[in-house]
Amino acid sequence: MADIAAPSSVAGTGDSRSSLHKLMQRKSTVAFLMALPLILLISILVAYPAGYAVYLATLNKGMTRFVGFGNFEFLFGRDTFWLVVYQSCLFAITAVIFKALIGFVVAHFVHNIPSKGQRKWRGMLLVPWVIPPAMSTLAWLWLFDPSYSAINYLLAPLGIERIPWTGEAGWARFSVILVNVWIGSPFFMIMYLAALKSVPEQLYEAAAIDGATWWQRIWYVTLPMMRNIIAITALFSLIVTFANFDIVRVLTAGGPLNSTHIFGTWAFRVGIEGGDIPLGASVSLFMVPILAVAAAFILRDITKRGSEV
Amino acid sequence: MANIAITDATTARPAYGSMSRDRRWALRWSYFFLVLFAVFFLMPPIYMLITSLKTSQEISAAGNPWWIYNPTLENYLELLTQNHYLTFFRNSAIVAVCVVAITMLISVIAAFALARMKFWGSATLATGVFLTYLIPETLLFIPLFKMFAWVNETFGIQLMNHWWTLIILYPTLTVPFATWIMIGYFASIPKELDEAALIDGATWMQTLTKIFIPVALPGIIAATIFTFTVAWAQFLYPLAFTTSTTELVLPVGIITTLIKGDVFNWGQIMTGALLGAAPPLIIYAFLMDYYIAGLTAGATKG
Repeated sequence: MADIAAPSSVAGTGDSRSSLHKLMQRKSTVAFLMALPLILLISILVAYPAGYAVYLATLNKGMTRFVGFGNFEFLFGRDTFWLVVYQSCLFAITAVIFKALIGFVVAHFVHNIPSKGQRKWRGMLLVPWVIPPAMSTLAWLWLFDPSYSAINYLLAPLGIERIPWTGEAGWARFSVILVNVWIGSPFFMIMYLAALKSVPEQLYEAAAIDGATWWQRIWYVTLPMMRNIIAITALFSLIVTFANFDIVRVLTAGGPLNSTHIFGTWAFRVGIEGGDIPLGASVSLFMVPILAVAAAFILRDITKRGSEV
Repeated sequence: MANIAITDATTARPAYGSMSRDRRWALRWSYFFLVLFAVFFLMPPIYMLITSLKTSQEISAAGNPWWIYNPTLENYLELLTQNHYLTFFRNSAIVAVCVVAITMLISVIAAFALARMKFWGSATLATGVFLTYLIPETLLFIPLFKMFAWVNETFGIQLMNHWWTLIILYPTLTVPFATWIMIGYFASIPKELDEAALIDGATWMQTLTKIFIPVALPGIIAATIFTFTVAWAQFLYPLAFTTSTTELVLPVGIITTLIKGDVFNWGQIMTGALLGAAPPLIIYAFLMDYYIAGLTAGATKG
């Protein structure tokens, strides 16, 4: 290295530029090497499998023959598939809306109370997010138990008959959404609370001077200021909820009669348990369009924020 | 508009007392609803604890499920003297610790390269890292399943049904996120700091270890906690890739060994789930602020 650098320094005028160029080149090589493990990991264990899933989806069950769109045609002709599409959308959209609403409301209540108590409440309300979902869903499964349901016990004095939480299609759909909302709304609460704290107090003072009601304050001050964070959080959550597995798998395992299956759990049932890997891959690929749209919006929002700053 | 403002201003003075009364009521309502929500959010973990302290007879008795008549530690003793549960716990702990080490090593170094030492395609790679973070495991487990079969056929390495396979798999979930938040933290460090170090003759590695890592330590702690939580809680990969009792990790182990057919041993299941939830909860209790910083940084830093 020293040998090469020496003549260029003798050369005079062009020296600083060429040695700078060398430095840049060297720096970029070092940087590339430093990022190499990340690149390898992503390409071998994420990018390649994702592409491989597309290839797998075009094979027959024994993975011996290319069938093109045969698996997709087969899926379109099955009622269960449309049930899964319907349930996935219902599950994801309803759950995200309720998570966002509850998160927003709870964030406001936490924001309202004196700041020295906020930490304690925030800590308590975030617990559902910290417990591994598979384990907290087990607790819900036990709370929903058909013969010893502790929730039904509490509801009995209110005159509510035994509710078949996981036994009947409608209630089972409600239950999986309820558990998802329980796990996910603390995340929204934290995000919204952080956003609420970043809204300048002067805006509320100005609104109060103009005689705004509390509703007008939320509608014209809080919501516009938080719009970006609300959008990003909801899109993030939409992706995670849409691709959910743990809750449905533990709580209902897709039952009763496939009514609570979503793409992830049905792909597992068909692909791993049913042994039809290409069909399972086809099922899971149906998540891609929605994920791609949500990801595109998130990226747009994030780059927009980047250019604002 | 001016008229309205003036009338408001005139009525505001006598109404001042009522405004503070309003605020007091708002506070009361806030506490009321917070208690309500806290009950909703804490009900399952509390019920776990209640059930874990009951005997099987009491669980299947017709009494009040929310009350413990004969508290006992029987479930805990039985679970902790049983070999399976300790095996699951050990597997989970080894996997989680290894995944945290691998993830932090890969992501801190890569994030430094991406945030500071721009190279050809580094911006694209940063976006790519973020996109990978959005790819869910439910999309990847089937092709990975097939790839593992291929590895076994070609190289004779059996990746299926070994707990250490999870150490290879989990970084796909944790590295993109950890890298992403580390890029955010590193990018927020003033350029003057590393320029000064470079002028003083520090190498890139020294800049990273002597300046970036100490300055971005809160971010590193947040990413570590996140990685641990994900590695501890992951359910789909162990369910798909491990089956023998000795190779299972906690979430799957509890579900497959404590539920025998239609017989649910709820006392032990709840005890197992509660003990399994304990490590993340304990970490969270002590490092809550870092945890929350990581949570908000993941979605907002950009």
